[in-house]
Amino acid sequence: MNPLRWIMSILEADTQADRVVPPTGHTVRLTLFSAAAMAFLAVFAMALSMATGRLAVRWGDELARSSTIRISAPEAQMTAQTEAALRVLSTTPGIKSARALTDEEQQALLAPWFGNGVALDALPVPQLIEVVEEGDGYDANGLRLRLQAEVPGATLDDHSQWRKPLIRAAISLRRLGTLSLLLIGGTMAAMITLAATAALAANAQVIRVLRLVGATDVYIASAFVRRFTLRALLGGVIGTVIGMVAVFLLPSAQTEGGFLTGLGFQGWQWVWPLAIPPLGAVVAYFATRAAAMRTLRGLR
Amino acid sequence: MIELDNMAYSYGGGELLSGVSLQLQPGAFHFLTGPSGAGKTTFLRLCYGDLTATAGSVRLFGQDVRDLTRDDLAIMRRRIGVVHQDCQFLDHLPLHENIALPLTVSGQGGNEDANLRELIQWVGLSHRARALPPELSGGERQRAALARAIIMSPDVILADEPTGNVDWEMSQRLLTLLIELNRLGKTVLIATHDLALIRAAKSQVQARVLRIANRKLQFAGADL
Repeated sequence: MNPLRWIMSILEADTQADRVVPPTGHTVRLTLFSAAAMAFLAVFAMALSMATGRLAVRWGDELARSSTIRISAPEAQMTAQTEAALRVLSTTPGIKSARALTDEEQQALLAPWFGNGVALDALPVPQLIEVVEEGDGYDANGLRLRLQAEVPGATLDDHSQWRKPLIRAAISLRRLGTLSLLLIGGTMAAMITLAATAALAANAQVIRVLRLVGATDVYIASAFVRRFTLRALLGGVIGTVIGMVAVFLLPSAQTEGGFLTGLGFQGWQWVWPLAIPPLGAVVAYFATRAAAMRTLRGLR
Repeated sequence: MIELDNMAYSYGGGELLSGVSLQLQPGAFHFLTGPSGAGKTTFLRLCYGDLTATAGSVRLFGQDVRDLTRDDLAIMRRRIGVVHQDCQFLDHLPLHENIALPLTVSGQGGNEDANLRELIQWVGLSHRARALPPELSGGERQRAALARAIIMSPDVILADEPTGNVDWEMSQRLLTLLIELNRLGKTVLIATHDLALIRAAKSQVQARVLRIANRKLQFAGADL
């Protein structure tokens, strides 16, 4: 069936068909609540998935393009070794730029541990050189060998040691978010199946009468399916709106950093949660239809 | 229209009906009698495919019930009006919508249709059209069930004790309605243990009387 026609057939009120099933019952509240709760959780799972996705991209793209060279040498040789290292770097293919960090920048890096205004002169602090790559990057092993030969106090850190596990962790978290979304969808389908089965059992006499007067299974099922689909859609809208507001109101951790930085949606990503209610309705449609057809097949 | 050929039906290890053969011809009028528990209701349910014969065959309008899909059977039932002993309705719908239910489920809709109003009037329920089924008396429910059974202008009407819950006067009115339908060409089969009703009918219509006894279907003779 054409998807648009299918959606219209669900949304169009078939008042006659809908009226054959009694309008009240605890399954109404159960379905609404389940759909709203699942949609609310789905918004958070989606926010987690997107935040970790952004984290992985940031760590992958930004940090992979930079490296650090640490010069640990006696104070008298520090300047000479730094200049030697910069010379080596300037002749290494794949390096866009290299510069030694200023004292102020190194102080800023140490500030979280030692506070502001730390006197670098009083501490055996190595000189750091920031290296920015270009193109396909440089040959890390070749550069290490050259530095070993020409700048004995230099150590190359291409961030790979700690970047890779972080990216792996971010990707795992993203998978976890996606898995959570699937579990939420499955749980919602299970809950709606239970509610639909209960509704069908409670309306056994209605079904008997309908079959007696010549109603087909599809007709009987559709009366239940439409009702549950619309309830799931309404519950989904309620849960999604509440979830989006809650995500929007999450405290920002931009300055403090850490994992919570940017948990939520950014820019066009706010559109994604809007897909949750219709997806919930689709889940409800198929879950109710399967439950209804299974129950009806049990009757002659 | 409905043909039973050497049909048998067993339930719970016991045989309720055995070696039953019958042809319900267009325009025929039959009564089905027998003691309580003989299997009259079971026989009627077999006749409209609500139960499946365990041996032999049941053919509805030329088709073996076993060969029909569930939807085929549902559509076939629209050609058979059934009046149940317990007159099941949808209690949340007013009477006129219950009577129009066969039209609704077959997509012919139109609760306000003139034919519906005329039918409700014909069974004498115009003043109760908007009442809910639980508010109706036994006789009103029986008439409403009859109206629902015939609203699709079925070829066959199967009635299970249609006068079981009503007084003699009302049973005569219901019988008159069924005889009128038979005169319009409908095939009628009424299961009843009310011999007085059968005698009253035989004075107005050429009715054949069947009896279920000892699991067999027999033709009753002049003892009625």
